[in-house]
Amino acid sequence: MSANVENFPGTPLSQADFDEGKILTTHWKPKLEYGWDAGVAISRYLAELKNGRIIGIKCSRCRSTVVPPRVVCEWCWEPMDDWVYLKDTGTVNTFSICYIRWDASRAKEPQIPAVIEIDGASKGAGILHLLDEVNADDVTIGMKVQAVWKPADERTGAITDIRYFKPT
Amino acid sequence: MAMRKVAVVGAGMTKFMRRAQETGRELAFQASRMALDSCEMTLDDIDAVALGTAPDAFDGLHMKGEYLSDGAGAWHKPYMRCYVGGGTGVFAAIQGWYHVASGLFDTCLVVCEEKMSSCMPHPQGAFLTIFDHTTERALKPNLIWIFALEMNRYMTMHGIEKKDIALVAVKNKRNALDHPCAQLAANITVEDVLNSEVLAWPVQRLDISPTSDGAVAIVMAAEHVAKRITDKPAWVRGVGWSLDTAYWTSRDLYYPKYVEYAARMAYDMAGITEPRKEIHVVEPYDPFDYKELHHLEGLLLADKGDAPRLTAEGVTARDGNMPVCPSGGMLGVGNPIAAAGLMKISEIFWQLRGEAGKRQVPGQPKTGLAQSWGDLMQVGCVMILGV
Repeated sequence: MSANVENFPGTPLSQADFDEGKILTTHWKPKLEYGWDAGVAISRYLAELKNGRIIGIKCSRCRSTVVPPRVVCEWCWEPMDDWVYLKDTGTVNTFSICYIRWDASRAKEPQIPAVIEIDGASKGAGILHLLDEVNADDVTIGMKVQAVWKPADERTGAITDIRYFKPT
Repeated sequence: MAMRKVAVVGAGMTKFMRRAQETGRELAFQASRMALDSCEMTLDDIDAVALGTAPDAFDGLHMKGEYLSDGAGAWHKPYMRCYVGGGTGVFAAIQGWYHVASGLFDTCLVVCEEKMSSCMPHPQGAFLTIFDHTTERALKPNLIWIFALEMNRYMTMHGIEKKDIALVAVKNKRNALDHPCAQLAANITVEDVLNSEVLAWPVQRLDISPTSDGAVAIVMAAEHVAKRITDKPAWVRGVGWSLDTAYWTSRDLYYPKYVEYAARMAYDMAGITEPRKEIHVVEPYDPFDYKELHHLEGLLLADKGDAPRLTAEGVTARDGNMPVCPSGGMLGVGNPIAAAGLMKISEIFWQLRGEAGKRQVPGQPKTGLAQSWGDLMQVGCVMILGV
């Protein structure tokens, strides 16, 4: 049937259609605000970040230690409540060198987002964060990194209490 | 399980466009009407409607299922909207399949629509909301981060170079030159890809599919109805879907295990034991060039890390031993998210019926597979059709 159809429906618009005022468009900018409760497991995680520590949680059944902490083991579907302090060091699992911001606008200086496996957690258990104090070209998968914390009096109980990770 | 045989009997689609004059409901109507016309059916012949469309945030419309319902022909019929992010297109077809396979309905119209151009300045802004609000969003991530992180992990684990991956973009955009609905068909070279703007290394401009407006619809029918409608029904031989952990930073991104689980479910249902011999044409999900390779491996159609070699050797070309994305894929035809997944099923439908025109793969394929992928890089959906 596809081969027998000459004209598929749909009318692509061009910039000229807008310039010539042919297209009528209504704009709306929503003003929405949300307040997200951190919940049981993440509240403790954030409180410990404020203390300058990374905390994970261990499943008493399969012994997996994960971070960020959560109340249920995704493998065993058992409650998790065995809190474990982890180190603030880890290994780069993967990374990117990013020139675009969240809204697709362009940045001159790249950011280096990375998945960092945290020392003390089970192999492969990582968190999303940023790398800095390193030349983007020098970053490698497997690189050892360490958290750079905000000063204690500036910490608010947020993932951004860790400013970034830097090579050890 | 006593399941009825189900066939795809008709398909329709709009052009895929950067920005369409039509609204989402108008696009949905155009595709749905074309699908019904293609098999000489009317809306009266349709027992139920399944709709797929991506986050409401793209359109700035809450309850998009209801919004699109008139265009999708859903009024006064059992109607459902489903959503698994990028995986929605094939997932919606799976909903249509079990509506009919269950015996509850004899026919089901499956409609997928996306109008991403409404979100200003770029739908990237809406994608931000897929990240965890407390532990991730404060870092101001963008969607391309997770693709770049996954692509880098995939490349590093297997020692794959960017030029090996760029071949997929070259192939798919070239295939799309033969697709009348294509948005980004082009004759480009590996050098063009490697020289294109770096967005989030290793992801560059030409590694990515565009944002698009468009709609696709298919008609599904039970055996006794299908045989009345057409002498070329494309039977649904197998379906599979699987979800992995939402803690994506704790999953090894180099291999999509959830795609393998979905594929194994579909192969088992279809009685396929040697997929590399028994699948003749493939439409894996290719929003990025590396994803086609990643998914071929997850679908067990290539060994881990070996899909780039198959591409380089021409195995996946339209006239190769295992044509992959003969449509031009999302890289070439475009990526109106839910509609792009259903486009892949339409392409398999047309290929198996020998109706794909200039895109037709040689050798009269008997069995084809379409796959979509999405949510937080964690869902795989597979449908196998056969004639």
